[in-house]
Amino acid sequence: MKIGIVTFPGSLDDVDAQRAVRLAGGEPVALWHGDRDLKGVDAVILPGGFSYGDYLRCGAIARFAPVMTEVVAAAQGGMPVLGICNGFQILCESHLLPGALIRNDHRTFVCRDQVLVVENPDTAWTSDYAEGQRITIPLKNGEGGFIADEPTLDRLEGEGQVVFRYVGSNPNGSLRDIAGITNERGNVVGLMPHPEHAVEDLCGPGTDGLAFFTSAVRQLTSV
Amino acid sequence: MARIIVDVMPKPEILDPQGKAVHGALPRLGFESVSDVRQGKRFELQVELADESTLAEVHQIAETLLSNPVIEDFTVRVES
Repeated sequence: MKIGIVTFPGSLDDVDAQRAVRLAGGEPVALWHGDRDLKGVDAVILPGGFSYGDYLRCGAIARFAPVMTEVVAAAQGGMPVLGICNGFQILCESHLLPGALIRNDHRTFVCRDQVLVVENPDTAWTSDYAEGQRITIPLKNGEGGFIADEPTLDRLEGEGQVVFRYVGSNPNGSLRDIAGITNERGNVVGLMPHPEHAVEDLCGPGTDGLAFFTSAVRQLTSV
Repeated sequence: MARIIVDVMPKPEILDPQGKAVHGALPRLGFESVSDVRQGKRFELQVELADESTLAEVHQIAETLLSNPVIEDFTVRVES
């Protein structure tokens, strides 16, 4: 089961994402931002970091990388795509997910173990979780405030497209405590916290993040 | 040669933490008359000729790359 992880100039967490895929039983495939094909992968992860130095807006330039043309087309065709942190910002800039991420309302970078509640276990990346399950994974960002207009927020909630919400104090001013969302089809998921940093007991707050990757591997294997 | 200016501003309803930070610094410097600050971006685009088709193209550039319509508004003008 091949899962591609895109490395943009400025990506930080691509290798961690590769390792998470490996631990989940999948085969990670490194993709480069300049690639014009997806090397036969079954799913794609856009990792965290600061692609293109976050110049202009976070994710704004990565959106136009050659590999993104392929990722957008594949996502629209139903391929599972996960965007973590900067990857989430890229998915919003690409219009694969609605809304946008703006600077944290308290204006400081936040780095902490964050409790989330899983609200939608029916996506390609969350099927190994249970609805209402609480998980703890790291959160680290300066521009993680999720915003969208009221009708969009109502639609996201009404259609079950809110996948994760922050539990406890809101870490970045995200509207309605939204930490992660999915598209209508459920194959594209984006979130600010980092599941790939919680896949081994040795480091991080535990292994609560591993189910993202086992979910995708299990679904892709059973197809 | 002509210069086209694209100003990009956060939409009025969008929180602007950077503007707030700047605003917060003013009283510390002794400036008391400013009631709000919004921070945006200014792009200067050098073109051969600022005719109608070039301006239409710049509008497209502003819409697709320079701004994010979800959170920002933009204006385009030719610098005289």
